[in-house]
Amino acid sequence: MVVAFDEMSASRESCRPGYEILKRWLDATPPDLLSTRRAEAELLFRRIGITFAVYGDNDGEERIIPFDIIPRIITAPEWTKLSKGLEQRVKALNAFLTDIYSKGDILRAGIVPQDLIYQNPYYQPEMAGVKLAHDIYVMIAGIDIVRVDPDTFYVLEDNARTPSGVSYMLENREVMMKLFPDLFAEHRIAPVENYPDALLATLKSVAPRSAPGDPTVALLTPGPFNSAFYEHSFLADKLGIELVEGRDLQVRDNVVYMRTTEGPKRVDVLYRRLDDDFLDPLTFRPDSILGVPGLMNAYRAGNITLSNAVGTGVADDKAVYSYMPEIVRFYLGEEPILKNVPTWRCREPDALKYVLEHLDTMVVKEVAGSGGYGMLIGPAADKKTREEFGAKLRANPDDFIAQPTLALSTSPTFVDAGIAPRHVDLRPFVLSGKDKVRIVPGGLTRVALKEGSLVVNSSQGGGTKDTWVLDA
Amino acid sequence: MLSRTADNLFWLARYVERAENTARIIDAANRLAAMPIAYAGGSNEWESAVAATGALGLFKSLNREPTAENIIDFLAFSPENPSSIRSCLERARVNARTVRTALTSEMWDAINGAWLGLRDFNGASRDRMKLNEFLVYVKEASLRFDGSAYRTMIRNDVYFFSSLGTFIERADNTARILDVKYHLLLPAEESVGGGLDFFQWSSILRSVSANTAYHWVYRESLKPWLVADLLVLNDQLPRSLASCYDNICAFLDELSLAYGRQGQAQRVARSTRNRLQNASIDDVFSGGLHEFLTEFIADNGRLGQAITDQYLA
Repeated sequence: MVVAFDEMSASRESCRPGYEILKRWLDATPPDLLSTRRAEAELLFRRIGITFAVYGDNDGEERIIPFDIIPRIITAPEWTKLSKGLEQRVKALNAFLTDIYSKGDILRAGIVPQDLIYQNPYYQPEMAGVKLAHDIYVMIAGIDIVRVDPDTFYVLEDNARTPSGVSYMLENREVMMKLFPDLFAEHRIAPVENYPDALLATLKSVAPRSAPGDPTVALLTPGPFNSAFYEHSFLADKLGIELVEGRDLQVRDNVVYMRTTEGPKRVDVLYRRLDDDFLDPLTFRPDSILGVPGLMNAYRAGNITLSNAVGTGVADDKAVYSYMPEIVRFYLGEEPILKNVPTWRCREPDALKYVLEHLDTMVVKEVAGSGGYGMLIGPAADKKTREEFGAKLRANPDDFIAQPTLALSTSPTFVDAGIAPRHVDLRPFVLSGKDKVRIVPGGLTRVALKEGSLVVNSSQGGGTKDTWVLDA
Repeated sequence: MLSRTADNLFWLARYVERAENTARIIDAANRLAAMPIAYAGGSNEWESAVAATGALGLFKSLNREPTAENIIDFLAFSPENPSSIRSCLERARVNARTVRTALTSEMWDAINGAWLGLRDFNGASRDRMKLNEFLVYVKEASLRFDGSAYRTMIRNDVYFFSSLGTFIERADNTARILDVKYHLLLPAEESVGGGLDFFQWSSILRSVSANTAYHWVYRESLKPWLVADLLVLNDQLPRSLASCYDNICAFLDELSLAYGRQGQAQRVARSTRNRLQNASIDDVFSGGLHEFLTEFIADNGRLGQAITDQYLA
């Protein structure tokens, strides 16, 4: 396998721009000081209660995501390019969703196959023909970015449903500022603390036209047993909005109210962190006790904005992802700034044949999968696993796509053996409002802590890092 | 505020207060049990401690020997007892986690810290030194919670509901601690007002940290009716029933002011406070202290229900 590109240095002596001060500091700092700081960081996270739950893991009801105290640095020119590309991509995503739920131009033009949309489990027929207040479906997007060399950033995934992780971006920064004030003094690091303001402004901007001048926003959570509950309560707190569960809401005459100590209060915008299927038992899963009966009627009547909109999951689909370059060109008439990872759609016979012949070098993913589940990393799997996966692939080729195994960039990481390179990705958060697109410089850097591992998901042993975007 | 948030805050405060009171009850029973046999031998201080927490029926249903160790474990650590100190702190934390947004970081820290520290006390029901440390730990946790609420919270409905929880639970617990005396047996050869009787009353005072207060107020040796007067009617003692109800009425008034209307909760609270203001300790004793306390506990429960119906449901 090729040697991965390291974002700090290619060799002991060299250093890439932006990392000079950090490298000098790392070289001069004894490992036990780093250990102490790491222990302090862990204590801070425990104290804050920033925990998550891993599904299916009984004894680990509450864990903290491992935090690496060595920051990941992105220079100003790199960020400028990235953020332009992100804005472009999310604009295209919104145009695409608006289109497929109304006229379907892109389908009739034959650019994206119809069955990929209409037979997609995340396509919501209930949304067909529903006119959203501002033609914005994805107010909050988390776009996963990986890097393979100094110049190439790839989009690995678009998360257009309910992307999570932004609380870690914010808390990681807080903790780093407590632990390493000197490093902050020596760098000019773009702040991220304005994210909650940007989010609230975005959410208010997409309120229904009938809403009052200062609309009421609430965050809908599945409840304290959800793995991301900490983030929900954290965001509600930072935004100064109510954190509601389904049972706190009621719909009367197609208007949504929350039950308060002073009686019912109208809600205009719902930042929902609940999947489509659970939103409204009258429309979707009838057994959902997390949702709000009648919510979809209020939504269709234009009395409440749901953020993100219902039905955005289509854009998360990895087969749809493979059409993103065409989607950008179709709606914006521009060349995509951010590249897609070359993707073989196994639904196409030629592609399937190629993938089956090259399983040992490829990563195969379920089109609707997330969280790093249900995928095959060819080079890391043994022959038997590959053969079993090959059989699954042949049985249901439509469910899979395949990509070459990328040599993800690495970033210096403090592990048991000392400072060593580990693979990283980046999830910036892109906010789309009626007025403009807002992107806080940075995002969540996830790091695969196991040597050689490419899986950065927190559910599978990944950790996080603070991400520093240097000011020009 | 969301009704559910208010409900969580109300119960969060109650659980914390209950944890502290259970710690105090264990402390008092411990003290009585430690007395030489000549003073207290053969008494049933441990069973009466369980009775004071209102969980005697549950304990009996578990078919455990009523030994000191079993009862301490039941009151302090048992997951089978929803009001054990551990259960209270765990539920308090679940509630706190649910309403993080309404708490100040100091309050969260107090609760989360208390919960995190619980694991250091495994096995404390068999180790007296460790048990004492645990009881101090619980009292300090509750002081920290109360103190951080008092010092850091905005005085709005969030604070009012949390305080209502504290005072309703405190009133309930004070009444129960005082009622322990009813459940404590005096052996046949012991007379009311005798040595054992004295120590029992004094341990009750101690368990609510009111020994010094007693002497400041009455400047007399211990008299049962004065102890009861202090804990029931004296509005200068912060945990007396009278003082709790002054606070409850004040917070309910704040709520009705903030929301522009009042209801059943305000009326129920005022009627109980009036009864406490107009009663004399002689009246209380002539009707029977135990009967008075039983009725009070029931009224207090009705107020809790009225608050739930009016605001929290």
